[in-house]
Amino acid sequence: MKEHVLVASGFGGQGIMLLGQILATAAMVEDKYSTWLPSYGPEMRGGTANCTVVISEEPIGSPVTDSPRQVIAMNIPSLIKFEKVIQQEGLLVLNSSVIDRDPERDDVEIVRVEANEIAEKLGNTRVANMVILGAFLAKTGAVSEESISKALEMKFGSKKDSLAELNMKAIRAGAESVRK
Amino acid sequence: MSVLTTFKPPKALSGKEFTYCPGCQHGTVHRLIAEVIDELQIQGRTIMVAPVGCSVFAYEFFDVDGTVAAHGRAPAVATGMKRALKDSVVFTYQGDGDLAAIGTAEIVHAANRGEKITTIFINNAIYGMTGGQMAPTTLLGMKTSTCPYGRTVENDGYPVHVCELLKETGGIAYLERTTVNTPQDIRKTRKALRKAFTAQLKGLGFSLVEVLSTCPTNWGMNPIEATEWLEENLKREFKVGLFVDKVGDDQ
Amino acid sequence: MTEKTMVKGNEAMAEAAIRAGCRLYFGYPITPQSEFTEYMAKRLPEVGGSFLQSESEVSAVNMIYGAACTGRRVLTSTSGPGFSLMQEGMSYIAGAELPSVFVNVVRGGPGLGDIQPAQSDYFQATKGGGHGDYHAVVLGPGTIQEAVELISDAFDIADRYRTPVIVLADGMLGQMMEPVIFGKYRDPDSLPDHSEWSLTGAGKREPHKVTSFNIDPYELEKMNMRYQAKYKEIIKNETRYETIRTEDADYLLVGFGTMGRILGSVIRQAREQGIKVGLFRPITLWPFPYDQLKKSAKGKKYVLDVEMSTGQMVEDVRLAVGDSLPVHFYGRTGGVVPNPEEVLQALRKHTEEAE
Repeated sequence: MKEHVLVASGFGGQGIMLLGQILATAAMVEDKYSTWLPSYGPEMRGGTANCTVVISEEPIGSPVTDSPRQVIAMNIPSLIKFEKVIQQEGLLVLNSSVIDRDPERDDVEIVRVEANEIAEKLGNTRVANMVILGAFLAKTGAVSEESISKALEMKFGSKKDSLAELNMKAIRAGAESVRK
Repeated sequence: MSVLTTFKPPKALSGKEFTYCPGCQHGTVHRLIAEVIDELQIQGRTIMVAPVGCSVFAYEFFDVDGTVAAHGRAPAVATGMKRALKDSVVFTYQGDGDLAAIGTAEIVHAANRGEKITTIFINNAIYGMTGGQMAPTTLLGMKTSTCPYGRTVENDGYPVHVCELLKETGGIAYLERTTVNTPQDIRKTRKALRKAFTAQLKGLGFSLVEVLSTCPTNWGMNPIEATEWLEENLKREFKVGLFVDKVGDDQ
Repeated sequence: MTEKTMVKGNEAMAEAAIRAGCRLYFGYPITPQSEFTEYMAKRLPEVGGSFLQSESEVSAVNMIYGAACTGRRVLTSTSGPGFSLMQEGMSYIAGAELPSVFVNVVRGGPGLGDIQPAQSDYFQATKGGGHGDYHAVVLGPGTIQEAVELISDAFDIADRYRTPVIVLADGMLGQMMEPVIFGKYRDPDSLPDHSEWSLTGAGKREPHKVTSFNIDPYELEKMNMRYQAKYKEIIKNETRYETIRTEDADYLLVGFGTMGRILGSVIRQAREQGIKVGLFRPITLWPFPYDQLKKSAKGKKYVLDVEMSTGQMVEDVRLAVGDSLPVHFYGRTGGVVPNPEEVLQALRKHTEEAE
């Protein structure tokens, strides 16, 4: 059974919650089981925010985890908080535009993405979340690009020039950056 | 021989015998409410909410749909009814402990929301049903079983002036304090009740009539002495009069 | 066409209430259920309903009482501290036999506690909470899909038996998202008729009186016996539970709600490790499936009850199982959710002891 257990974490405002929701929705599009669970309460008011996404072929028991298989860290506090709990041989995707230090773990795969720079080239730094999600997808194949595209349409509508299209460009650019 | 009926009970009273003590003015106020319901022809769409206190049985005395709320919660119960059934006429009947102590939050917020309900507030400055304890409206110096040495500011604070508090709330459409000691007072109260229900019927907001009343049993007086005591003491603390009237002339 | 949507638990439950024909909501914001209140504030005006943010949960529950008196479907949502404030009204509502639905998105307690998921309001929900001899029906959904379905059932049960029904969720279920298929919209005009007793203004009929009140102890006893007869019917007709792989199991796990779903993955992992374990998941917490659990536990070597509390439902589990086999307990409290690994550890420990 292939199961993805991802914690995505960053500053409030970096689009972490949306990243997780799009991923979980794309899994739903593929008729997989998926859950999205946010951290909630006072910490979401300006501090770090994180969410957990589980994708599975079987009904999901726990939507929460102490030891994620994969971590997306969008800032240094997130790296510090979650680096130590990643499963061995897990995956750590870093936003290297913001995180200017090296992780300490050497038993996990580390992927660095210049998410802000890539997003800026696309004309909007706010899609850095989708850039890093694209990188995550290229590494894990958790869901297909088509499913992500459908999930974005469900969120933003399907019009040309819509936010869905911009976000999709960011996904592709992020994926491209790790394939290089 | 023909019989001319010149005096009969209002239709909106059920005819059940009142449970009130001799000289208690609940009965007078009940009758006035029923007369107004008859006059406005709203009996068929009226729902009443009785309180906890001496008038806990009030829902039995009126010939309308009725319930009895938890202590102090009548305005919240009435709110739920009115929001569910916008064409109904909903009124609460509450004493001073119920409305001005345990139910303070409910009455203030119902009034402030301009909830389209009517409240009849009986203020006799004492807890009746539980046997004569201090009410939020008990006068300074007045002795009750829970202020046996007389109410003091140091220990109990001041008598609560409900009309004066509520008149500042935005949702009030009609607000008056009356008595039912004399025939003139009774006529004034009847008019106030009619206006209060009219405020609701016109959808103007929340309406309340506070009636200063006697409690001969717990005041330890006979009914005549009680009316005199009300005139001399209760009316000095709680000024009778009109506080808010957005109804205008409904006659 | 049935379409899956990705929805947050709180919003999904709120939408389910609207689809069940509920057009009246009274409530007060409290974490972790506030999205429920917000959703109702937005949606109810769209469907011609009435939303009111009350001044307190004390008022909210009494507004529920008033609205339920009119025979209309009405619901509120809250979390532990707010539900505590509602207990006065719950008792009156049970006594006056008013159909109504309450959702408690439980958080860590006691007192202010925290806002993380918990199951420590089990006693309050199932054993009364308010004063007097009464019960509310208590439903414990394990997934958002089940919560959506149980909200609808909650209204039907409330109407059928003139009783309050509590949906006992938790912060996890309220805050998480997962795919959901919603039921059809029910027309509020096609719902069960309560005109025999409801307060609507008497019109030309005899006035109705709805109260929880009778000053005569013999009469009040009669009222109570009527409630008890009703509870017997509910026990007979409405007791629900789910079993997973109990037939060939050596050991039995018991858990409800979020814990029940987590135990679902525990039994998969345990069986991969050669521990033959099954799951008994009560869905109605009141009425509790005592007889059914007793049957499922028969022949097992032990029962392990797991809760997000220091052990509340375990008392009912012990009542069901009796002395016939050991009943062990594992729980985390204060908003901590047991993870599958620590439950597996507990399973391994008890299995070693049993061998």
